[in-house]
Amino acid sequence: MSVFMTKSLTKVLGAVAIAATLTGAAGAYAAGGAEHPKKVDYSFKGPFGTFDQGQLQRGYKVFKEVCSNCHSATLMSFRNLGQKDGPFYDPKYKNPNDNPVVKAIAAEFEVPDIDTDTGEDITRPATPSDAFPKKFPNTYAAAAGNGGAIPPDLSVITKARHGGAEYVYSLLTGFVEPPKGLKVAPGQHYNPYMSGSLATQWSGDPHHVPRGGVLAMAPPLNPGAVSYDDGTPETVDNYAKDVAAFLEWAGDPHATLRKKTGLAVLIYLFLFGGLTYAAYRQLWHGKH
Amino acid sequence: MSEHPSTYDPKTGVEKWLDQRLPIVRLAYDSFVDYPTPRNLNYWWTFGGILSVCLVIQIITGIILAMHYVPHIDHAFASVERIMRDVNYGWLIRYVHANGASMFFFAVFIHMFRGLYYGSYKAPREVLWILGCIIFFLMIATAFMGYVLPWGQMSFHGAVVITNLIGSIPVIGGPILTWLQGGFAVDQPTLNRFFSLHYLLPFVIAGVVILHIWALHVTGQNNPAGVEIKSKEDTVPFTPYATVKDGLGIIIFLFLFAIFAFFLPNSLGHADNYIPANPLVTPAHIVPEWYLLPFYAILRAVPDKFMGVVAMFAAIAVIFILPWLDTSKVKSMRYRPVMRWFFVIFAVVCLGLGWCGAQLPDTPVIPGLPSFTLLDGAFNSYLWLTRFLTLYYFAFFLVIMPWIGLKEEPLPVPASISEAILAEHAKKKG
Amino acid sequence: MSEPEKDHGGEGDPNRRDFIYIAAGAAAVGAVGAVVVPLVAQMNPAADTLAMASTEFDLSKVSEGMQVVIKWRGKPLFIRYRTPKEIAEAQDVNLSELRDPQADSDRVTKGKEQYLILVGSCTHLGCVPTFGEGQFGGWFCPCHGSHYDTSGRIRLGPAPKNLVVPTYEYLTDTRVKIG
Repeated sequence: MSVFMTKSLTKVLGAVAIAATLTGAAGAYAAGGAEHPKKVDYSFKGPFGTFDQGQLQRGYKVFKEVCSNCHSATLMSFRNLGQKDGPFYDPKYKNPNDNPVVKAIAAEFEVPDIDTDTGEDITRPATPSDAFPKKFPNTYAAAAGNGGAIPPDLSVITKARHGGAEYVYSLLTGFVEPPKGLKVAPGQHYNPYMSGSLATQWSGDPHHVPRGGVLAMAPPLNPGAVSYDDGTPETVDNYAKDVAAFLEWAGDPHATLRKKTGLAVLIYLFLFGGLTYAAYRQLWHGKH
Repeated sequence: MSEHPSTYDPKTGVEKWLDQRLPIVRLAYDSFVDYPTPRNLNYWWTFGGILSVCLVIQIITGIILAMHYVPHIDHAFASVERIMRDVNYGWLIRYVHANGASMFFFAVFIHMFRGLYYGSYKAPREVLWILGCIIFFLMIATAFMGYVLPWGQMSFHGAVVITNLIGSIPVIGGPILTWLQGGFAVDQPTLNRFFSLHYLLPFVIAGVVILHIWALHVTGQNNPAGVEIKSKEDTVPFTPYATVKDGLGIIIFLFLFAIFAFFLPNSLGHADNYIPANPLVTPAHIVPEWYLLPFYAILRAVPDKFMGVVAMFAAIAVIFILPWLDTSKVKSMRYRPVMRWFFVIFAVVCLGLGWCGAQLPDTPVIPGLPSFTLLDGAFNSYLWLTRFLTLYYFAFFLVIMPWIGLKEEPLPVPASISEAILAEHAKKKG
Repeated sequence: MSEPEKDHGGEGDPNRRDFIYIAAGAAAVGAVGAVVVPLVAQMNPAADTLAMASTEFDLSKVSEGMQVVIKWRGKPLFIRYRTPKEIAEAQDVNLSELRDPQADSDRVTKGKEQYLILVGSCTHLGCVPTFGEGQFGGWFCPCHGSHYDTSGRIRLGPAPKNLVVPTYEYLTDTRVKIG
């Protein structure tokens, strides 16, 4: 073995390299000035995490009744709601298209279609194979309906933001009155968890620029706005937690399967590695 | 020297028949079974095998992804998400491919640093080294184009930044940029051709890898002692000795790979790339993938746009000419105590350049420490730190390698591999 | 790296010596097998394709004596509301005359004989037969002259089999789920 580069040193260097680049990359973004997201004890966190179906159902309700009024989720289809680990999965209906709850949810929505007899544009009730309908037909309509700002599509929002579900939760519960000295334009709202740079809008101490940014979305959640059937308290905090969990699932529906498979792969590789190491030692005995 | 006489002896009728018409079994036998391999190779030598496995994994997963991916600006992002959600095991294949690129570069950096430390680039392995540099360059091109394909914000704006660099070449830059983009901006034609080239280049890499292994087998492997094979006692047959050790290295590597692909699949990427590309909105920080950060840092360190491009390419080009820069007669830094320290500093500098590449140039290195302004930026800034690190990077190759090789007094080099092994045993016992 | 003092199996027992290699080799084969599964499975229909695998149809859209054509699994689907005359013609056929013998009652649902649901793809080479044409009042395929009767059975021409009846079930009296 080399004097210098022992196996353990390799591992250390490797780990340092990875850790450095990971934290380095993260550091670049935190420098944007947003408050670090609050921690939530989500059931899906960690290598053994799973989704809580009850939470996903509540989160879907919040999404449907509040968020979908402005936000689309066009990568989602109704059938996704009935697939494994989803909010309305029923083991009796392995094919989500047959799931009666999913069919009923879909049928509440109207989707555009073409009348095959006349060729005209019509709308019809959605079926599970349809995608979540867009609220606005195009981005221009979306901007016009929201004071010039286009509400982002939420299909992968937790993958598209640092902090994931915790960021979404923090943002939704983080709206506060802007501190004195912060000029916020009409139609904009201050939120310390929003990324941005407020130095140019701040007339106070330049060394203490408020963290966060402004966004066109007004605080969307109000207590009691969505009725929960399972007795969970109808607070903004719970709404935010649940809808963020739903969006986490929407962005990563196979997370649980991925982690389970990963564990099996790691165990297999560990045992396989052990066997190969034993073979190696036996083979190389005396040859080094 | 590994041009050894073939010991393949076809036994069956079929084997003899084939051997007379296309001696491919003989080639495989001579190259990977009875091939004399130095007995003292350590685990750093398993990375060649690891890299081959990485290439195969990328090609297989890539071809499968290409069965489902749509290279059109209106459908690319959604087609990738369709792979993640609807294609059977699509999430697995996509995450393996994306994290596989990172693992590929992780392995190639270790492989290159091994070559640096043990003098594997020195005569008679210069062509082997240059072929390796070509593979590295092709890998960078492939990875860059691959990252554009999901058509996220980073995909798009990264493509804009890098293609605009070509535009900074004096006189001919503009027309070349338009030609490269297929239009006046990065748009559908750019995406389509990047997809085509991204599919093509890995096979070019595979071809150069074959040349690389051929060149290796002509000269034989280097080894940690840096002394060439003198006799059969110095070697073991490749199969089963190196095969099993390579296999072990590959399994350990796959373990690390699996941790990323299954448990931290997006940790090496950027959240912004899950935002569909929008030409009208630029992300707050455009950052390339981590393995390109050192070169990105060097690019930004130079104040002039075109000279920055020159410096970035020079940082890769200088590696090509390394065999002629190092004047030392001794190959392995095991016996070059002074050079070894410069090597360690070089490794730290490379990591540092990577770190700097992810930072905003104006950010202070030591927060809160006020500093004077030097030329175009505060001294206590990543801009200047990057410049110093870049200086060392080039000095390592262009100044230190030639100078230390002449000045250094190396430790006594063992006469043969066997002697080196015996010396190791003696050291362990004593 | 070597420990000459602890020599357990180096030169000794061949069974034990080979066992470790066989075990490691078997693990390698197992790993390859496990890897091949997703690589092959990914080419099977994806979830969104499977979602389009079944379709529901409202039978009130078809009037008597007419047919509606919809697209199902990428192919045309004929939904025909047969007249009593057409039903009688279909039921009166002597099965021994048929190239592909099949009773009309096997091709429709009992109590709903008026509705005939068929895949509109000629069993010869896949063209779409035209409605109501041909000598048997069913369909005629213009490509190579296959004649189908009012039960969709092949009577004349090169097609080897009757028009395919897909799996379907009645969800209500007027709503049918196909596939």
